[in-house]
Amino acid sequence: MADGGTTSTDLHGAAGAAHAGGYDPMAAKMGMWLFLFTEVLLFGALFIVYGVYLHGFTWQFQQGSARLSIPVGAVNTAILLTSSLTMALAIAALQRARPARARRLLFATVGCAGAFLVIKAFEWAGKFAHGVYPGAAFLLEQSKGEIVFFGLYFTMTGLHALHVLVGVPVILWAGRRIRSGAISPEHSVFLENAGLYWHLVDLIWIYLFPLFYLIS
Amino acid sequence: MDAAAGAAAPNYLRAGKGLASWLTTTDHKRIGILYLIAILVFFLFAVCLGLMIRLELFSPGEQFVGNQGYNRILTLHGITMIFLFIIPSVPAVFGNFFLPIQIGANDVSFPRLNLASWYFYIGGGLFALGSVILGGVDTGWTFYIPYSADTADNVYLPILAAFILGWSSILTGLNFIVTVHRLRVPSMPWFRMPLFVWALYATSWIQILATPVVGITLLLILLERFLGIGIFDPAKEGDPVLYQHLFWIYSHPAVYIMVLPAMGIVSEIVPVFCRKTIFGYKFIAISSLAIAGIGSLVWGHHMFTSGMADLERIVFSLLTFLVAIPSGVKVFNWLATMYKGSIRLATPFLYALAFIFLFSVGGFTGLLQGALSTDIHIHDTSFIVAHFHYTMFGGGGVMFFGALHYWFPKMFGRTYCESVARWAFALFFVGFNCLYFPLFLAGLAGMPRRYADYLPEYLVYHRISSIGSWILVAGIVLMLANLLRALFKGERAGRDPWGGATLEWTVPSPPPTHQFAAPPVVTRGPYEYARERASG
Amino acid sequence: MNAPAQEGHLVPCSVYVWVWAALLCLTAVTVSAKYADLQHLAIFAALLIATVKAGLVVLYFMHVRFEKPIFAVMILVLLATYGIYIGLTFVDYANR
Repeated sequence: MADGGTTSTDLHGAAGAAHAGGYDPMAAKMGMWLFLFTEVLLFGALFIVYGVYLHGFTWQFQQGSARLSIPVGAVNTAILLTSSLTMALAIAALQRARPARARRLLFATVGCAGAFLVIKAFEWAGKFAHGVYPGAAFLLEQSKGEIVFFGLYFTMTGLHALHVLVGVPVILWAGRRIRSGAISPEHSVFLENAGLYWHLVDLIWIYLFPLFYLIS
Repeated sequence: MDAAAGAAAPNYLRAGKGLASWLTTTDHKRIGILYLIAILVFFLFAVCLGLMIRLELFSPGEQFVGNQGYNRILTLHGITMIFLFIIPSVPAVFGNFFLPIQIGANDVSFPRLNLASWYFYIGGGLFALGSVILGGVDTGWTFYIPYSADTADNVYLPILAAFILGWSSILTGLNFIVTVHRLRVPSMPWFRMPLFVWALYATSWIQILATPVVGITLLLILLERFLGIGIFDPAKEGDPVLYQHLFWIYSHPAVYIMVLPAMGIVSEIVPVFCRKTIFGYKFIAISSLAIAGIGSLVWGHHMFTSGMADLERIVFSLLTFLVAIPSGVKVFNWLATMYKGSIRLATPFLYALAFIFLFSVGGFTGLLQGALSTDIHIHDTSFIVAHFHYTMFGGGGVMFFGALHYWFPKMFGRTYCESVARWAFALFFVGFNCLYFPLFLAGLAGMPRRYADYLPEYLVYHRISSIGSWILVAGIVLMLANLLRALFKGERAGRDPWGGATLEWTVPSPPPTHQFAAPPVVTRGPYEYARERASG
Repeated sequence: MNAPAQEGHLVPCSVYVWVWAALLCLTAVTVSAKYADLQHLAIFAALLIATVKAGLVVLYFMHVRFEKPIFAVMILVLLATYGIYIGLTFVDYANR
């Protein structure tokens, strides 16, 4: 296949370029995608668990879903989608050699992430206040399928929120590296990879939202 | 021919001095050596545990570790051998060392990530050892739920160990895939890659696509224990069989992580020692990918007695037979390569022959278990134990040592004593069969696995098996002693002691840190000896 | 060493804005579809819409449309493998 051809020549042009940190954005991007594959399958396994129990406990899952607030979920979806837009625009701005604008858009992305997490925290706190958390006496009295539903809800949205949380310092760091010039229109792959990660976080939420909030 | 005298640049072993230069290295060759040392340490540790198992089973009745002690030793033996030895062994040691050289590169694509994955490995290993200090774990390496959520033993540490080791494995695979795509020299198209590289490439995809599933599944056990989320808890209508599905979605493909790289090494060794171009290069290359693909379709054959739907059991039984086809393709191609070859029975070739024999025994007995009806009979007997030791140890383990003998002169620039290596091999081979073959017979006669005790009628099998374990260990000790001696006192090796035609034999032994000053130009396939090497 | 950093052309910003608008619209559709009485089809409708959204994100935000085909091939390998995992698991649960 052709993809190995051109850049390998470039890399070997400078002696031991790979060892000296030779810049190959395609390699970095490919590595990032492969890492994202592992993330997809990490969540993918949980989606299989979800599917199996939805199949077995359809009615109980609908009951559990009715306890979740659709407006809250929808607002959070819109926030994450918007953060994905600002992320994509930040990369576009950098490529057009407008680093200040790129940094502003990155801060907007972080702002969206913060808003998402705050809303999520209030949502979880509300559930806890109503006695809906793993091992709670109230939840244990509900139908068995609902226990599993909320077990999955907390596991999956928790793992997702963790990924949002990890994304924040990564994006802030990218912003810092734009200011220091380490990320430039010619060397933008760090930012692009941060973007790929962020879009994946968004993508997972795109599935989480209907599966948990919209099946009642 | 003397590498040290001929090359101006210092070799990779002498490129830096002191422990710190090793622990901070990003040279793929040094990282390979770091893995080699760590993996051998864990291997010998697990061998000791295996010896204890065999000693306990020397006679019926409780001997010296007792039932609970036996369960814990068994678990630790499994965890160490699988996660710390066989899965990383060939890719992390020989893959790291030789994959970049074989494709004409100076390093992997992400050298620092490569070092990080070694630290993940060490971290995971320390967690596994830590569980010993905390009293051990009695779940078996499979961590089957619901027991793993209930047992009083500390399962956190080994589960975290497996999780961390999973990431180490993923990062190595990720590195290899990108390296093969991006750093192959332009004059080496896909179908000029050595078959070892093909095998590692296929393996890396399994590592990427299967490992995350078991990672999250193991974390769910921890959540079950910590928070009682109920996902796998039968008391809350959770389904333990679902755990088994997710576990084997990874852990069956994992056996191909263990054996595919070994098959790649056999494909390297056989043509070199037969002085013939490999028969059916493309078929062997494609069959590696096919094994990786079909390997993800068969996990359910571990669960024939777990209460799956009947249709599912039939489907998985059928699919299991399919995976024998690409393995068969490889075996027949190796045999065809040997046919009318000018065979030299050197130690690496002996290991390759042992692989073909032992893996075939393991493979054929695997078909017995893939068949639904016979599996019901032999499930959870020592037949299974014998089978997977033949495939994993007889496959991945044997070729780890085969590769060590094949590439030792290249890695360390010294040759070992051939006659001692053959004696060690003979002990190894005899001990191996003596140790594991009786377990097939005991299993057919009904000896259950994972028991510290047995009825007197199984005595003869266990006696032979335990004696075999001593012979095997004697072979391993002799082999390692021979290699250790060669490290310091062996004769200097030339660039190409075996007459190989792949790129690693064109660089000095041991290679300098930057093995290729300019990208090598590849003008022929990896096993075309005939033309310019007639003189040897 | 001077390989083109952005692999070719720049994507107009308006494309991203349009994709974002489409994603928001699809979110609205999937919420309103919940109130339509779709019975058993509801979950499949939701998954279908989510997959369309995911496709937009992957192709445009994640640039796969503009990258070399090897990325798309790798993604198909991932999806095929994941499809196998789902499929063979459900052969069990659909036939218990």
